[in-house]
Amino acid sequence: MNIFVAFVLAIISSMLMDNVVLSRFYGICPFLGVSRKVNSSLGMGVAVVFVIMLATLICWPFYTYILVPAGIPFMDTVAYILVIASLVQLTGLFIKKYSPSLYKSLGIYLPLITTNCAVLGVAQGNTDQGLSFLDSIANGLGTSIGFLLIIVTFSCIRTRLETANTPKAFKGLPIALITAAIMAIALVGLQGLFSGIKL
Amino acid sequence: MKREKGYTKKNFLKGIINENPLFVSILGTCPALATTKTLEAAIGMGILFTVVLICSSALVSLLRKVISEEIRTPAYIVIIATFVTIVKMFTNAFLPDLYSTLGVFISLIVVNCIVLGRAEAYASKNNVFDSFIDALGMGVGYTLALLSMAFFREFLGTGAFAFGNIFTFIPLVKVQIIPKEYVMSIFQNPAGAFIVFGLILAVLAFIKNRKEEYKAYLARQEKIRKAEEAKKAALATAANKEEGGNK
Repeated sequence: MNIFVAFVLAIISSMLMDNVVLSRFYGICPFLGVSRKVNSSLGMGVAVVFVIMLATLICWPFYTYILVPAGIPFMDTVAYILVIASLVQLTGLFIKKYSPSLYKSLGIYLPLITTNCAVLGVAQGNTDQGLSFLDSIANGLGTSIGFLLIIVTFSCIRTRLETANTPKAFKGLPIALITAAIMAIALVGLQGLFSGIKL
Repeated sequence: MKREKGYTKKNFLKGIINENPLFVSILGTCPALATTKTLEAAIGMGILFTVVLICSSALVSLLRKVISEEIRTPAYIVIIATFVTIVKMFTNAFLPDLYSTLGVFISLIVVNCIVLGRAEAYASKNNVFDSFIDALGMGVGYTLALLSMAFFREFLGTGAFAFGNIFTFIPLVKVQIIPKEYVMSIFQNPAGAFIVFGLILAVLAFIKNRKEEYKAYLARQEKIRKAEEAKKAALATAANKEEGGNK
Protein backbone atom coordinates (compact mmCIF):
# COMPACT_ATOMS: atom_id res chain seq x y z
CA MET A 1 0.00 0.00 0.00
CA ASN A 2 1.28 3.39 -0.94
CA ILE A 3 1.27 5.41 2.27
CA PHE A 4 1.25 8.74 0.52
CA VAL A 5 -1.80 7.89 -1.61
CA ALA A 6 -3.62 6.59 1.46
CA PHE A 7 -2.76 9.80 3.31
CA VAL A 8 -4.12 12.02 0.52
CA LEU A 9 -7.25 9.89 0.14
CA ALA A 10 -7.89 10.04 3.89
CA ILE A 11 -7.62 13.85 3.76
CA ILE A 12 -10.00 14.16 0.83
CA SER A 13 -12.53 11.73 2.23
CA SER A 14 -12.71 13.45 5.60
CA MET A 15 -12.84 16.81 3.80
CA LEU A 16 -15.65 16.15 1.33
CA MET A 17 -17.50 12.86 1.76
CA ASP A 18 -17.50 12.95 5.51
CA ASN A 19 -17.58 16.72 5.85
CA VAL A 20 -17.39 18.00 9.44
CA VAL A 21 -20.28 20.38 9.25
CA LEU A 22 -22.66 18.84 6.79
CA SER A 23 -22.48 15.17 7.64
CA ARG A 24 -20.79 14.87 11.04
CA PHE A 25 -22.48 17.96 12.51
CA TYR A 26 -19.45 19.39 14.30
CA GLY A 27 -19.14 23.13 14.64
CA ILE A 28 -22.67 24.09 13.65
CA CYS A 29 -22.62 27.09 16.04
CA PRO A 30 -19.82 29.02 14.27
CA PHE A 31 -21.14 27.70 10.95
CA LEU A 32 -24.42 29.51 11.54
CA GLY A 33 -23.12 32.34 13.69
CA VAL A 34 -20.01 33.61 11.89
CA SER A 35 -21.08 33.11 8.28
CA ARG A 36 -22.81 36.42 7.56
CA LYS A 37 -19.73 37.97 5.96
CA VAL A 38 -17.15 36.28 3.75
CA ASN A 39 -14.21 37.98 5.47
CA SER A 40 -15.16 36.95 8.98
CA SER A 41 -15.91 33.39 7.92
CA LEU A 42 -12.50 33.20 6.25
CA GLY A 43 -10.85 34.41 9.47
CA MET A 44 -12.78 31.90 11.55
CA GLY A 45 -11.97 29.08 9.14
CA VAL A 46 -8.23 29.79 9.12
CA ALA A 47 -8.13 30.06 12.91
CA VAL A 48 -9.95 26.72 13.21
CA VAL A 49 -7.51 25.01 10.80
CA PHE A 50 -4.63 26.28 12.90
CA VAL A 51 -6.06 25.20 16.26
CA ILE A 52 -7.29 21.80 15.04
CA MET A 53 -3.86 20.97 13.63
CA LEU A 54 -2.11 21.99 16.84
CA ALA A 55 -4.67 20.13 18.95
CA THR A 56 -4.22 16.97 16.88
CA LEU A 57 -0.45 17.20 17.10
CA ILE A 58 -0.57 17.58 20.90
CA CYS A 59 -3.56 15.50 22.01
CA TRP A 60 -2.65 12.23 20.28
CA PRO A 61 0.86 11.91 21.79
CA PHE A 62 -0.52 13.20 25.11
CA TYR A 63 -3.07 10.38 25.19
CA THR A 64 -0.75 7.66 23.93
CA TYR A 65 2.39 8.48 25.89
CA ILE A 66 1.05 10.06 29.08
CA LEU A 67 -2.56 9.12 29.83
CA VAL A 68 -2.39 5.45 28.80
CA PRO A 69 0.91 4.61 30.60
CA ALA A 70 -0.37 6.47 33.66
CA GLY A 71 -3.48 4.26 33.64
CA ILE A 72 -5.98 7.10 33.37
CA PRO A 73 -7.24 6.97 29.77
CA PHE A 74 -10.74 7.90 31.01
CA MET A 75 -9.49 11.39 31.81
CA ASP A 76 -9.16 12.10 28.08
CA THR A 77 -12.05 14.56 27.74
CA VAL A 78 -10.88 16.68 30.68
CA ALA A 79 -7.30 16.65 29.41
CA TYR A 80 -8.25 17.52 25.84
CA ILE A 81 -10.47 20.44 26.76
CA LEU A 82 -7.71 21.86 28.96
CA VAL A 83 -5.16 21.43 26.17
CA ILE A 84 -7.50 23.10 23.68
CA ALA A 85 -8.40 26.01 25.98
CA SER A 86 -4.77 26.76 26.77
CA LEU A 87 -3.81 26.26 23.12
CA VAL A 88 -6.35 28.86 22.07
CA GLN A 89 -5.01 31.28 24.69
CA LEU A 90 -1.42 30.66 23.60
CA THR A 91 -2.28 31.03 19.94
CA GLY A 92 -3.90 34.34 20.73
CA LEU A 93 -0.85 35.60 22.61
CA PHE A 94 1.52 34.32 19.92
CA ILE A 95 -0.35 35.94 17.05
CA LYS A 96 -0.72 39.16 19.04
CA LYS A 97 3.06 39.35 19.51
CA TYR A 98 4.19 38.49 16.01
CA SER A 99 1.42 39.68 13.73
CA PRO A 100 -0.80 42.37 15.26
CA SER A 101 -2.68 42.84 11.99
CA LEU A 102 -3.61 39.16 11.84
CA TYR A 103 -4.58 39.33 15.52
CA LYS A 104 -6.90 42.20 14.78
CA SER A 105 -8.76 40.19 12.17
CA LEU A 106 -8.69 36.84 14.02
CA GLY A 107 -8.75 38.08 17.60
CA ILE A 108 -12.46 38.05 18.23
CA TYR A 109 -12.87 34.51 16.87
CA LEU A 110 -10.17 32.93 18.96
CA PRO A 111 -12.16 32.60 22.21
CA LEU A 112 -15.05 31.13 20.21
CA ILE A 113 -12.88 28.24 19.02
CA THR A 114 -12.68 26.74 22.53
CA THR A 115 -16.38 25.93 22.32
CA ASN A 116 -16.22 24.77 18.71
CA CYS A 117 -17.07 21.09 18.85
CA ALA A 118 -14.98 20.38 15.75
CA VAL A 119 -11.75 20.77 17.73
CA LEU A 120 -12.70 18.52 20.63
CA GLY A 121 -14.56 16.21 18.25
CA VAL A 122 -11.47 15.59 16.14
CA ALA A 123 -9.17 15.10 19.13
CA GLN A 124 -11.64 12.75 20.82
CA GLY A 125 -12.50 10.90 17.61
CA ASN A 126 -8.84 10.23 16.80
CA THR A 127 -8.22 8.38 20.04
CA ASP A 128 -11.70 6.83 20.37
CA GLN A 129 -11.35 5.17 16.97
CA GLY A 130 -7.76 4.16 17.71
CA LEU A 131 -6.28 5.89 14.66
CA SER A 132 -2.52 5.93 14.11
CA PHE A 133 -0.63 9.21 14.39
CA LEU A 134 -0.45 9.66 10.62
CA ASP A 135 -4.16 8.91 10.21
CA SER A 136 -4.92 11.38 12.99
CA ILE A 137 -3.01 14.09 11.15
CA ALA A 138 -4.84 13.26 7.94
CA ASN A 139 -8.14 13.36 9.81
CA GLY A 140 -7.29 16.72 11.41
CA LEU A 141 -6.12 18.24 8.15
CA GLY A 142 -9.11 16.98 6.17
CA THR A 143 -11.62 17.97 8.82
CA SER A 144 -10.26 21.47 9.29
CA ILE A 145 -9.88 22.21 5.57
CA GLY A 146 -13.37 20.83 5.05
CA PHE A 147 -14.64 23.26 7.69
CA LEU A 148 -12.85 26.17 6.02
CA LEU A 149 -14.21 25.21 2.60
CA ILE A 150 -17.80 24.83 3.74
CA ILE A 151 -17.97 27.93 5.95
CA VAL A 152 -16.54 30.16 3.18
CA THR A 153 -18.85 28.70 0.52
CA PHE A 154 -21.81 29.02 2.85
CA SER A 155 -21.03 32.65 3.68
CA CYS A 156 -20.83 33.46 -0.05
CA ILE A 157 -24.31 32.01 -0.48
CA ARG A 158 -25.61 33.81 2.58
CA THR A 159 -24.52 37.25 1.37
CA ARG A 160 -26.61 36.56 -1.74
CA LEU A 161 -29.53 35.30 0.36
CA GLU A 162 -29.69 38.55 2.26
CA THR A 163 -30.83 40.47 -0.78
CA ALA A 164 -32.96 37.61 -2.13
CA ASN A 165 -36.71 37.83 -1.91
CA THR A 166 -37.46 35.12 0.66
CA PRO A 167 -40.78 34.67 2.49
CA LYS A 168 -40.83 36.68 5.70
CA ALA A 169 -40.94 33.66 8.00
CA PHE A 170 -37.86 32.15 6.32
CA LYS A 171 -35.69 35.28 6.61
CA GLY A 172 -32.39 34.76 8.40
CA LEU A 173 -31.68 31.35 9.90
CA PRO A 174 -34.45 29.13 8.47
CA ILE A 175 -33.49 29.76 4.84
CA ALA A 176 -29.81 29.37 5.77
CA LEU A 177 -30.56 25.94 7.22
CA ILE A 178 -32.48 24.89 4.12
CA THR A 179 -29.49 26.04 2.04
CA ALA A 180 -27.21 23.95 4.23
CA ALA A 181 -29.49 20.97 3.61
CA ILE A 182 -29.14 21.38 -0.14
CA MET A 183 -25.34 21.62 0.25
CA ALA A 184 -25.42 18.41 2.30
CA ILE A 185 -27.37 16.67 -0.47
CA ALA A 186 -24.76 17.85 -2.99
CA LEU A 187 -21.98 16.31 -0.88
CA VAL A 188 -23.85 13.01 -0.61
CA GLY A 189 -23.38 12.79 -4.38
CA LEU A 190 -19.64 12.40 -3.82
CA GLN A 191 -20.07 9.26 -1.73
CA GLY A 192 -18.50 6.21 -3.30
CA LEU A 193 -15.94 8.32 -5.17
CA PHE A 194 -13.08 6.11 -4.00
CA SER A 195 -14.92 2.80 -3.98
CA GLY A 196 -13.09 1.69 -7.13
CA ILE A 197 -9.63 2.46 -5.80
CA LYS A 198 -7.82 -0.50 -4.28
CA LEU A 199 -5.28 0.32 -1.63
CA MET B 1 -33.03 39.78 48.42
CA LYS B 2 -36.81 39.88 48.14
CA ARG B 3 -38.36 37.14 46.06
CA GLU B 4 -41.44 37.77 44.06
CA LYS B 5 -44.23 35.24 44.30
CA GLY B 6 -44.19 32.35 41.82
CA TYR B 7 -40.57 33.03 40.89
CA THR B 8 -39.61 29.36 41.03
CA LYS B 9 -42.37 28.38 38.62
CA LYS B 10 -41.48 31.19 36.22
CA ASN B 11 -37.81 30.27 36.49
CA PHE B 12 -38.60 26.68 35.55
CA LEU B 13 -40.97 27.52 32.69
CA LYS B 14 -38.75 30.12 31.02
CA GLY B 15 -36.32 27.40 29.90
CA ILE B 16 -39.12 25.48 28.23
CA ILE B 17 -40.94 28.24 26.36
CA ASN B 18 -39.68 31.82 26.32
CA GLU B 19 -35.96 31.09 26.47
CA ASN B 20 -35.90 27.63 24.93
CA PRO B 21 -32.17 27.00 24.41
CA LEU B 22 -32.54 25.35 21.03
CA PHE B 23 -35.40 27.10 19.27
CA VAL B 24 -35.10 30.61 20.72
CA SER B 25 -31.43 31.05 21.63
CA ILE B 26 -30.19 28.67 18.85
CA LEU B 27 -27.62 27.10 21.18
CA GLY B 28 -26.47 23.49 21.28
CA THR B 29 -27.28 22.89 17.65
CA CYS B 30 -24.68 20.17 17.02
CA PRO B 31 -26.28 17.40 19.11
CA ALA B 32 -29.70 18.62 18.03
CA LEU B 33 -28.87 17.72 14.45
CA ALA B 34 -26.70 14.68 15.11
CA THR B 35 -28.65 12.74 17.73
CA THR B 36 -32.24 13.19 16.57
CA LYS B 37 -32.44 10.31 14.12
CA THR B 38 -34.76 8.41 16.43
CA LEU B 39 -36.90 9.37 19.42
CA GLU B 40 -34.95 7.01 21.65
CA ALA B 41 -31.57 8.56 20.86
CA ALA B 42 -33.07 12.01 21.45
CA ILE B 43 -34.46 10.96 24.83
CA GLY B 44 -31.07 9.50 25.79
CA MET B 45 -29.20 12.61 24.74
CA GLY B 46 -31.72 14.85 26.51
CA ILE B 47 -31.42 12.93 29.77
CA LEU B 48 -27.60 12.84 29.74
CA PHE B 49 -27.51 16.53 28.87
CA THR B 50 -29.95 17.44 31.65
CA VAL B 51 -27.98 15.46 34.22
CA VAL B 52 -24.72 17.21 33.27
CA LEU B 53 -26.40 20.61 33.21
CA ILE B 54 -28.03 20.18 36.63
CA CYS B 55 -24.90 18.82 38.32
CA SER B 56 -22.56 21.43 36.89
CA SER B 57 -24.97 24.30 37.55
CA ALA B 58 -25.40 23.22 41.15
CA LEU B 59 -21.66 22.84 41.73
CA VAL B 60 -20.82 26.14 40.03
CA SER B 61 -23.44 27.86 42.14
CA LEU B 62 -22.08 26.19 45.28
CA LEU B 63 -18.54 27.34 44.49
CA ARG B 64 -19.47 30.78 43.17
CA LYS B 65 -17.83 32.57 46.12
CA VAL B 66 -14.68 30.42 45.95
CA ILE B 67 -13.86 30.68 42.25
CA SER B 68 -12.20 33.98 41.49
CA GLU B 69 -13.25 36.16 38.59
CA GLU B 70 -10.11 35.69 36.46
CA ILE B 71 -10.05 31.92 36.28
CA ARG B 72 -13.78 31.28 36.18
CA THR B 73 -14.10 30.04 32.58
CA PRO B 74 -11.36 27.35 32.86
CA ALA B 75 -12.76 26.35 36.26
CA TYR B 76 -16.27 25.94 34.82
CA ILE B 77 -14.94 23.94 31.89
CA VAL B 78 -13.12 21.56 34.22
CA ILE B 79 -16.25 21.12 36.36
CA ILE B 80 -18.37 20.41 33.28
CA ALA B 81 -15.78 18.05 31.78
CA THR B 82 -15.62 16.10 35.03
CA PHE B 83 -19.37 15.55 35.10
CA VAL B 84 -19.36 14.62 31.41
CA THR B 85 -16.68 12.01 32.11
CA ILE B 86 -18.73 10.57 34.99
CA VAL B 87 -21.88 10.45 32.85
CA LYS B 88 -19.92 8.89 29.98
CA MET B 89 -18.57 6.12 32.18
CA PHE B 90 -22.03 5.40 33.64
CA THR B 91 -23.55 5.21 30.17
CA ASN B 92 -20.79 2.95 28.95
CA ALA B 93 -21.34 0.62 31.89
CA PHE B 94 -25.14 0.48 32.05
CA LEU B 95 -26.43 1.46 28.59
CA PRO B 96 -23.74 0.38 26.11
CA ASP B 97 -26.17 0.67 23.19
CA LEU B 98 -26.88 4.30 24.00
CA TYR B 99 -23.15 4.87 24.39
CA SER B 100 -22.37 3.50 20.93
CA THR B 101 -25.31 5.34 19.32
CA LEU B 102 -24.39 8.77 20.67
CA GLY B 103 -20.66 8.12 20.31
CA VAL B 104 -18.48 11.18 20.52
CA PHE B 105 -21.46 13.45 21.15
CA ILE B 106 -21.49 12.47 24.84
CA SER B 107 -18.00 13.94 25.15
CA LEU B 108 -19.10 16.95 23.15
CA ILE B 109 -21.56 17.97 25.89
CA VAL B 110 -18.43 19.66 27.34
CA VAL B 111 -18.39 22.22 24.55
CA ASN B 112 -22.17 22.60 24.40
CA CYS B 113 -22.67 26.35 24.73
CA ILE B 114 -25.81 25.92 26.85
CA VAL B 115 -23.98 24.35 29.80
CA LEU B 116 -21.21 26.95 29.90
CA GLY B 117 -23.76 29.68 29.14
CA ARG B 118 -25.99 28.77 32.10
CA ALA B 119 -22.96 28.48 34.39
CA GLU B 120 -21.74 31.89 33.31
CA ALA B 121 -25.06 33.71 33.06
CA TYR B 122 -27.10 32.20 35.88
CA ALA B 123 -25.42 29.74 38.24
CA SER B 124 -22.47 32.01 39.03
CA LYS B 125 -24.85 34.71 40.30
CA ASN B 126 -27.65 32.80 42.02
CA ASN B 127 -28.11 30.37 44.90
CA VAL B 128 -28.06 26.59 44.56
CA PHE B 129 -31.81 26.04 44.56
CA ASP B 130 -32.52 28.67 41.89
CA SER B 131 -29.67 27.36 39.75
CA PHE B 132 -31.01 23.84 40.10
CA ILE B 133 -34.50 24.91 38.97
CA ASP B 134 -33.03 26.97 36.12
CA ALA B 135 -30.89 24.04 34.94
CA LEU B 136 -33.86 21.65 35.21
CA GLY B 137 -36.04 23.97 33.13
CA MET B 138 -33.34 24.44 30.50
CA GLY B 139 -32.66 20.68 30.38
CA VAL B 140 -36.33 19.79 30.01
CA GLY B 141 -36.77 22.50 27.39
CA TYR B 142 -33.81 21.21 25.42
CA THR B 143 -35.03 17.61 25.69
CA LEU B 144 -38.49 18.59 24.43
CA ALA B 145 -36.92 20.48 21.53
CA LEU B 146 -34.81 17.42 20.63
CA LEU B 147 -37.89 15.22 20.85
CA SER B 148 -39.91 17.45 18.54
CA MET B 149 -37.13 17.23 15.93
CA ALA B 150 -36.71 13.48 16.36
CA PHE B 151 -40.48 12.99 16.06
CA PHE B 152 -40.58 14.43 12.54
CA ARG B 153 -37.33 12.80 11.47
CA GLU B 154 -38.26 9.33 12.64
CA PHE B 155 -41.87 9.57 11.48
CA LEU B 156 -41.09 10.84 7.97
CA GLY B 157 -37.80 8.99 7.55
CA THR B 158 -38.79 5.49 8.64
CA GLY B 159 -42.57 5.73 8.84
CA ALA B 160 -42.46 3.98 12.19
CA PHE B 161 -41.80 4.56 15.87
CA ALA B 162 -39.48 1.97 17.36
CA PHE B 163 -38.62 1.59 21.04
CA GLY B 164 -36.33 -0.92 22.68
CA ASN B 165 -33.41 -0.73 20.25
CA ILE B 166 -31.30 1.50 22.48
CA PHE B 167 -32.97 1.15 25.88
CA THR B 168 -32.68 -2.64 25.79
CA PHE B 169 -34.35 -3.09 29.19
CA ILE B 170 -37.78 -2.39 27.66
CA PRO B 171 -39.29 -4.88 25.19
CA LEU B 172 -38.90 -4.11 21.48
CA VAL B 173 -41.96 -2.26 20.15
CA LYS B 174 -42.30 -1.08 16.57
CA VAL B 175 -45.36 0.65 15.16
CA GLN B 176 -45.30 1.05 11.39
CA ILE B 177 -47.59 3.95 10.45
CA ILE B 178 -46.53 4.82 6.90
CA PRO B 179 -45.97 1.78 4.63
CA LYS B 180 -42.29 1.19 3.95
CA GLU B 181 -42.58 1.99 0.23
CA TYR B 182 -43.69 5.56 0.92
CA VAL B 183 -41.15 6.77 3.48
CA MET B 184 -38.76 9.63 2.69
CA SER B 185 -35.42 8.32 3.83
CA ILE B 186 -33.80 11.73 3.31
CA PHE B 187 -35.11 12.70 6.76
CA GLN B 188 -32.80 10.09 8.27
CA ASN B 189 -29.85 11.64 6.42
CA PRO B 190 -27.91 14.74 7.54
CA ALA B 191 -29.73 16.86 4.94
CA GLY B 192 -33.08 15.95 6.53
CA ALA B 193 -31.87 17.20 9.90
CA PHE B 194 -31.12 20.63 8.43
CA ILE B 195 -34.48 20.71 6.64
CA VAL B 196 -36.48 19.79 9.75
CA PHE B 197 -34.60 22.31 11.91
CA GLY B 198 -35.05 25.04 9.29
CA LEU B 199 -38.76 24.34 8.87
CA ILE B 200 -39.40 24.30 12.63
CA LEU B 201 -37.62 27.66 13.00
CA ALA B 202 -39.62 29.02 10.06
CA VAL B 203 -42.92 27.92 11.62
CA LEU B 204 -41.94 29.52 14.94
CA ALA B 205 -40.96 32.73 13.13
CA PHE B 206 -44.28 32.65 11.26
CA ILE B 207 -46.25 32.35 14.52
CA LYS B 208 -44.20 35.16 16.07
CA ASN B 209 -44.75 37.39 13.02
CA ARG B 210 -48.48 36.68 13.09
CA LYS B 211 -48.67 37.59 16.78
CA GLU B 212 -46.82 40.83 16.15
CA GLU B 213 -49.01 41.66 13.17
CA TYR B 214 -52.12 41.02 15.23
CA LYS B 215 -50.80 43.25 17.99
CA ALA B 216 -50.02 45.98 15.46
CA TYR B 217 -53.50 45.53 13.97
CA LEU B 218 -55.12 45.91 17.39
CA ALA B 219 -53.04 49.01 18.09
CA ARG B 220 -54.05 50.49 14.73
CA GLN B 221 -57.75 49.81 15.40
CA GLU B 222 -57.43 51.44 18.79
CA LYS B 223 -55.82 54.50 17.20
CA ILE B 224 -58.55 54.79 14.56
CA ARG B 225 -61.25 54.45 17.22
CA LYS B 226 -59.62 57.16 19.34
CA ALA B 227 -59.22 59.45 16.33
CA GLU B 228 -62.88 59.01 15.47
CA GLU B 229 -63.92 59.71 19.02
CA ALA B 230 -61.80 62.84 19.05
CA LYS B 231 -63.34 63.91 15.75
CA LYS B 232 -66.84 63.34 17.10
CA ALA B 233 -66.05 65.29 20.21
CA ALA B 234 -64.60 68.11 18.14
CA LEU B 235 -67.70 68.15 15.94
CA ALA B 236 -69.94 68.16 18.97
CA THR B 237 -68.12 71.10 20.52
CA ALA B 238 -68.17 72.90 17.19
CA ALA B 239 -71.91 72.31 16.92
CA ASN B 240 -72.39 73.56 20.47
CA LYS B 241 -70.42 76.68 19.65
CA GLU B 242 -72.50 77.29 16.56
CA GLU B 243 -75.66 76.88 18.56
CA GLY B 244 -74.30 79.33 21.10
CA GLY B 245 -73.42 81.77 18.30
CA ASN B 246 -76.93 81.54 16.83
CA LYS B 247 -78.44 82.37 20.13
